[in-house]
Amino acid sequence: MISDLILMNGYGIYVWSAFSFTLISFLSLYFIINLQLKKEQKRFEENFSTLSEKQYSVAISQDIHKEILKHSGSKI
Amino acid sequence: MFKFFNPYRIFKINSILQKIVFFCFITVLTVGLVEALFLSPEDYLQKDSVRIMYVHVPAAWISLGIFCLIALISVSVFLFKNKNLILISKSFAPSGILFTLIALVTGSIWGKPTWGTWWAWDARITSMLILFILYALYILSFRTFKDPDKSNKISSIIAIFGAINIPIIKFSVDWWNTLHQPASISLTEKSAIHSSMLIPLIIMTAAFALFSVLIFLMKYNTELIKIKNKGLKRL
Repeated sequence: MISDLILMNGYGIYVWSAFSFTLISFLSLYFIINLQLKKEQKRFEENFSTLSEKQYSVAISQDIHKEILKHSGSKI
Repeated sequence: MFKFFNPYRIFKINSILQKIVFFCFITVLTVGLVEALFLSPEDYLQKDSVRIMYVHVPAAWISLGIFCLIALISVSVFLFKNKNLILISKSFAPSGILFTLIALVTGSIWGKPTWGTWWAWDARITSMLILFILYALYILSFRTFKDPDKSNKISSIIAIFGAINIPIIKFSVDWWNTLHQPASISLTEKSAIHSSMLIPLIIMTAAFALFSVLIFLMKYNTELIKIKNKGLKRL
């Protein structure tokens, strides 16, 4: 029964390799984009922490900056 | 209308949507894989190799759909000069190129047991390869040209002129003698595929569409943070 599912009348090698390639591609792209997102969030947090008091008050007044910091898990 | 493209609002909605879309994608993909690999019947002629259709066809559909979308948005970029629009089209490109690659590779795997060859320079396959090159050029244009105005203009030109390739891909099976069969599914006519195969195909297409939306949302937020990072340095 299980061997039938794996072998698929001799077509298993083609079917499983096509599905494996698709799923590995999905995982790879997801992790690459997720890594880029985390890297940008970290860079934003670092840049934010180096701002002077005056620059900080201007930057923090913008909603988008607060939202980015919230989603990067920052305690700034 | 462009008030909707407020970065703060989009970032907030994107962040919430990412979790919902991720959950939906995993659910639909699981159902689709079970249907495609175990529950759907084998073909009377192609036997079990027909199961490759459940990844190959949705990947081809989504890759074409995304390129059409990118081309349409690129036209809007020229008309409305809105930079948010270029961010949207740029964020769709990674999933578009991935689906084109999946369509090419799984098509090649399917070709071996069906046609006896991994690759043939037939009209449909060649035009899909051209689509892959167009996606690569589109993505590279953002990396090559550092001036945003120049890269936006060149990428939009690539997308608009590249759109000529879309009807060629679609009608290549009718215009030339190719190894590919004519379209089995039509929006206007009755489908030539039995519902036991059509349903898994639709589920897998939905899963692939959800994946492209998920990648789009993540990429859009990444690009938005990148812009805001540059803005912080100018303060």
